[in-house]
Amino acid sequence: MAPARKRKIRLVVALSAAVLLAGALVYTSLLSSNKAVTPSDLLSAKAGASYQLTGKVVDGSVRNTSSGVDFRVRDREGTAAVPVTYSGAVPDPFREGREVIITVRKQGATFVGERDSLVTKCPSKFTEDATQRS
Amino acid sequence: MATVGRALLILALAVALYGVAASVYGAVRGRDEWVASGRRSVYAIAALVTGSFAILEIAFLRSDFSFATVASHSSTTTPTFYKGAAAWSSQEGSLLLWLWLLSLWSSLVLFATRRQLRRVAPYATAVLLGFAAFFAALLVFKETPFELLAVVPAEGAGLNPLLRHPSMMIHPPMLYSGYTLFTIPFAFAIGALIARQVGAADWIRATRRFALGAWLFLGIGILLGARWSYAELGWGGYWAWDPVENASLLPWLTGTAFIHSIMIQEKRGMLKIWNVSLVLATGTLAILGTFLVRSGILDSIHAFGASTLGVPFVILIGVLIASSIGLVVLRRNELRSENRLDSLLSREAIFLLNNLVLVAMAFVVFWGTFWPLIAEALTGTRRALGPPWFDTYTVPLAIVLVLLSGIGPVIAWRRATVSNARRNFLLPALAAIAVGALLAVFGAATRPLALAMFVCGAFVVASVGQEFWRGVGVRRAMTGENALVALRSLVARNRRRYGGYLVHVGMALLFVGVAASTAFNDARDVRLAPGQSVRSGDYTFTYERATSHISTRGGDLEKISFGAVVDVSRDGRHVTTMRPERGYYPSRDVAGLGPVGRFFEGEATSEIGLDAGLRRDIWTAMTPDIRRLLPTIEEGDRVFSAAAGRLEPELEGQALGMALKGIVDKYLADRPEATFRVISSPLVTWIWIGSIVVFLGGLIALWPGPDAARRRVTARYAARVAEDLGRA
Repeated sequence: MAPARKRKIRLVVALSAAVLLAGALVYTSLLSSNKAVTPSDLLSAKAGASYQLTGKVVDGSVRNTSSGVDFRVRDREGTAAVPVTYSGAVPDPFREGREVIITVRKQGATFVGERDSLVTKCPSKFTEDATQRS
Repeated sequence: MATVGRALLILALAVALYGVAASVYGAVRGRDEWVASGRRSVYAIAALVTGSFAILEIAFLRSDFSFATVASHSSTTTPTFYKGAAAWSSQEGSLLLWLWLLSLWSSLVLFATRRQLRRVAPYATAVLLGFAAFFAALLVFKETPFELLAVVPAEGAGLNPLLRHPSMMIHPPMLYSGYTLFTIPFAFAIGALIARQVGAADWIRATRRFALGAWLFLGIGILLGARWSYAELGWGGYWAWDPVENASLLPWLTGTAFIHSIMIQEKRGMLKIWNVSLVLATGTLAILGTFLVRSGILDSIHAFGASTLGVPFVILIGVLIASSIGLVVLRRNELRSENRLDSLLSREAIFLLNNLVLVAMAFVVFWGTFWPLIAEALTGTRRALGPPWFDTYTVPLAIVLVLLSGIGPVIAWRRATVSNARRNFLLPALAAIAVGALLAVFGAATRPLALAMFVCGAFVVASVGQEFWRGVGVRRAMTGENALVALRSLVARNRRRYGGYLVHVGMALLFVGVAASTAFNDARDVRLAPGQSVRSGDYTFTYERATSHISTRGGDLEKISFGAVVDVSRDGRHVTTMRPERGYYPSRDVAGLGPVGRFFEGEATSEIGLDAGLRRDIWTAMTPDIRRLLPTIEEGDRVFSAAAGRLEPELEGQALGMALKGIVDKYLADRPEATFRVISSPLVTWIWIGSIVVFLGGLIALWPGPDAARRRVTARYAARVAEDLGRA
């Protein structure tokens, strides 16, 4: 076979493989991903659907329960908030007023957190209360 | 002092801008004095930024709270050891660290190559100075570490207790060293492309050690972060596929690819477009990593909050991508391969395959990380991918990668023959099959992917072991040295090769540890009362009793700890006793908090119980149930608020101490329940041992060998002769 033809065939095979892989990547990404939402997006959430919720833990909302913790999550900027119940140990940096990311599923009026899905803003990047600057 | 620090940064910015202009002018006009001036600008910036960084460090060590960043990230009670590290826990401090390391590494490379690469180096200098100018401008105009407070507080907010871990002292400088060192091959690649010198491997040889250093530092930084997460964060994991973690992995993966593929360009003059593209992609990804932490573009637990640096970084990354693609397209003729692949059964082909796997991994990680933005563009809604999606793709790719790292060192260059293959692969393959069969009998067959990783890991150790064995045997036959001396001479004579082999063994151990601890990990979250037990794996964890104590530092209360004594047994026999705790640090923000309550409203950190071993780790963390204490705390707040101002401060302090002691004693008397996370996980220690082996192998590969010293002397001599001839 002529070298040029051989190269062309190789290129077509490689491109076809790349297209197939890219297709698989897009398909599995759409299938496996959760909708990333804020509390205000969840006010019209469907029961049973899974969401990745990002927001701040509402001050005064954290209640320790026998299995874990109940709290409310609000928008970063805003007041819309939803109740979340989480079973298991919470991450060390978890606190009221701190930003969290959690995968939740709606059950009745509350949102149940998926096991091991609660993460809290890394403390290395968390600046404490703003002090007055000159 | 702050004014001096800021002035030094402004001066550094001005020098960087001048240096860019001088380097480019010198290169275009062929004026060596301007080129030299550009290079000296880099040295000057290193001196200026060192001064600036020293001022910031001194402010932290002296707890000078007139600096806003010191007041927000340190306190008088922060241990001295951690005051130094607190400087880079802020956005502005970490940017200054970035610039400082960039200026130091740039100075080192330009000093080392001052008599080489006369056409490439000026452009590389301009690129490095361009990076320096960018970061200096951010520090001058956007995020200054030298901002002063109008009212100086008596005490600072303090370094977050979770960061008080030795690995956190080293983690950021290692990561940033990796990032900044990767800009060096990037800058020289751009220089080589502009100067049309990209075909020759000189610029690769000159920057190879820096690329290897970048790879090593970034790897250490990533692993230190993983270790900190495992030992400090109270969730028992070491990797979470968070966008910022992924961002550090991306340049490491492409960097791993190019430190392999540049060997093919050096030896066979092949893969030039591929190599230069990898180098440019790695440099750009290093900047992308820095950008992701600071832009807030993706939701990450590690990202700085409320940053305004997104736009400048997007512009910089856009410029880097556009100029990289443009230059590669313009120089495509100079980048043609001198040779073709002779056979798919050759070291070149294995290296190429290794590169494809690494780039595929990088692409998967990039895709998963940026999927929220891609999904938003495609579907109009943001979507996020979790760890299972990443595992689906990266686990099989990692298995192939480990297998290739065993084949690469022993397969022949150009074309492997059947006899060559038999000679080199028979023993390692038999060893791997034997290990696989043995592990399958002992139950590893239930996790086929993990078993495949164990088999591939055994193959790597056996094939590299065989190479060492043969090399030592040959030396002993030639010189009559004993085995240890022969091994030392073997490694010393070819540090890069044998250091690299050791890195392969370390990576195999690390991946085996990851596979085992992921596939066979047994984690339980359970609520227990004293006397109750839970099983995890082969172990029974019994919550024997509660503990509590108050810690002080420098006369101040540091934290209140509630913990547990946990007995771990196996088949009724005592294995170990663990004492996990949760420490409550007082809140510095007293507004709105009661005098007693504030001691429970600050940061809370887990002190884990860990019994690590070669075969398995037993890990525990606990969260005490302090609900029964809340009425007592509220009562204390009421009493002390009512007595406020009526007691002498000393008396009030004593009374408060007694109240806290009462609360701590009450916790013990209540026989409280607690939520435990218990984990039994095999081979976690192999991850850390593998990391140390990788580190040692990397150091051996980096260490200049006798050949390098000889080459350096020859190069200097050649340069002097050329200079003399030029003058004649």
